[in-house]
Amino acid sequence: MTQPGTTSRLKYLTPALYILFLLTPIYWLLTMSLKTNQEILSTFSLWPVNPTFENYMVIFTDAAWYSGYINSMIYVSMNTVISVLAALPAAYAFSRYRFLGDKHIFFWLLTNRMAPPAVFALPFFQLYSSVGLFDTHIAVALAHCLFNIPLAIWILEGFMSGVPREIDETAYIDGYSFPRFFTKIFLPLIASGVGVAAFFCFMFSWVELLIARTLTSVAAKPIAAVMTRTVSASGLDWGVLAAAGVLTIIPGALVIWFVRHHIARGFALGRV
Amino acid sequence: MRKTLNHKALWLASPALLLVAFTALIPLLTVVNYSVQDTFGDNKFFWVGAEWYKEILLSERFHAAFFRQVAFSAAILAIEIPLGLAIALAMPKKGWGVSVCLVLMALPLLIPWNVVGTIWQIFARVDIGLLGHTLAGFGFDYNYTQDPVAAWITLIVMDVWHWTSLVVLLCYAGLVAIPQAYYQAARIDGASRWAVFRHIELPKLNRVLLIAVLLRFMDSFMIYTEPFVVTGGGPGNTTTFLSVDLVQMAIGQFDLGPAAAMSVVYFLIILGLSWLFYTVMTREDTDAEGRLP
Repeated sequence: MTQPGTTSRLKYLTPALYILFLLTPIYWLLTMSLKTNQEILSTFSLWPVNPTFENYMVIFTDAAWYSGYINSMIYVSMNTVISVLAALPAAYAFSRYRFLGDKHIFFWLLTNRMAPPAVFALPFFQLYSSVGLFDTHIAVALAHCLFNIPLAIWILEGFMSGVPREIDETAYIDGYSFPRFFTKIFLPLIASGVGVAAFFCFMFSWVELLIARTLTSVAAKPIAAVMTRTVSASGLDWGVLAAAGVLTIIPGALVIWFVRHHIARGFALGRV
Repeated sequence: MRKTLNHKALWLASPALLLVAFTALIPLLTVVNYSVQDTFGDNKFFWVGAEWYKEILLSERFHAAFFRQVAFSAAILAIEIPLGLAIALAMPKKGWGVSVCLVLMALPLLIPWNVVGTIWQIFARVDIGLLGHTLAGFGFDYNYTQDPVAAWITLIVMDVWHWTSLVVLLCYAGLVAIPQAYYQAARIDGASRWAVFRHIELPKLNRVLLIAVLLRFMDSFMIYTEPFVVTGGGPGNTTTFLSVDLVQMAIGQFDLGPAAAMSVVYFLIILGLSWLFYTVMTREDTDAEGRLP
């Protein structure tokens, strides 16, 4: 189908140009993070003339900055654990059994994944304030369950439906109890699915700003909110802001290799 | 797949359902409750019926925000879907190029949304940004903080940058799932490249394209963080989309009634779209060809 020689080489021009388009703004962010604020504002250069790690040092030494990362990490990890643990048995139920209202519940879960966070910001604020959880990590972790549990259930259900039912039946005939079958036989079979679900819960909780910002003020303030408040304050330190941005990209960039074949599947809720 | 009838399976799902109910139902009921009441402060509420709904549905402000939102979603769909499809078709199908493409293309998808805003703010500013500086150097009058057209273009290009890869990855997953036998048959028949695309690839990509359109439409329909960081809804309120408007109303001005009514209307729109998505997803669930191994 593809002709040899120039045509096929020209063909790769499109993806190459696209990747260039994707990487240029990221390169610019990286460049900025290695410049001092004076250099950013006074001269215009395509690469840092005097590369410096000063901006990163500010973040690693100033509690207002690095506590933002710690706070985000805490509630994101809590949310990932809660979401995956709650979603595992639920996804098994949806993939293996028919029960009262199963289709309606499955649809209702989806609507929560699709719901605009803006709708929930104010009621969340009131709900978590009234139960005394405002400005705690667990409040954000629970609030993010709104979209992450449905996401995890849909992804896991997609993976579980790919495992033949005969495996379950054979195990039960061999005398396995449900918990033993689930942990000893079934979980290893869908290990990659659990990894993908955990990855996406982590990611969607990590990238969310509106709810996390609404539910916190000081003690659990996420890095995203620290960044936006620096923007609104007058002392715009672009270098530090860029360095903070680079550091938030790292978690995703580190694990992206392991999930590269599953990214489409995760975004499409396990259905591609 | 055949499933057995077992109502006890509901117990397996109950921890997840209780958690989602706590995070979703209680706030939603609060919203519905506010949307039919008014207050004079000190926690005294009285019934106003559909008053707030009438106000919202007839207000210029809501119409304007809704129109902007639809225009934005339509614009990014019109660019991202064909572009994503074209890139997926041109991507290498085997060898080391596949992994390199997948990893580099997925990168923007995993960047926190506010950082996407920051990246584009830094990239597009006239004084310090590569893009803004270059455009100004060529004599273009580009300033996204003052010119509505420039603000719109910046936001659209930013969204294309952020999300086109999702369309690419979905289409790519659909493409590699097409059996080689189809292409071989086409070659024997001497089919042109266009005929292969029109009669083999496009029909096979039907479902992933539909998923891509729906996902991109819904996610762009509730965009908040990126315009909030880059333009803050401005200049004026030319980029105040539905979510930005709603947050201003609810948390900025604390107009509980109208904000709640708007939330319900907003949610109902999303509900309709979700239903469409669900129908698409479950209708062809048995069609194994659309899945990755």
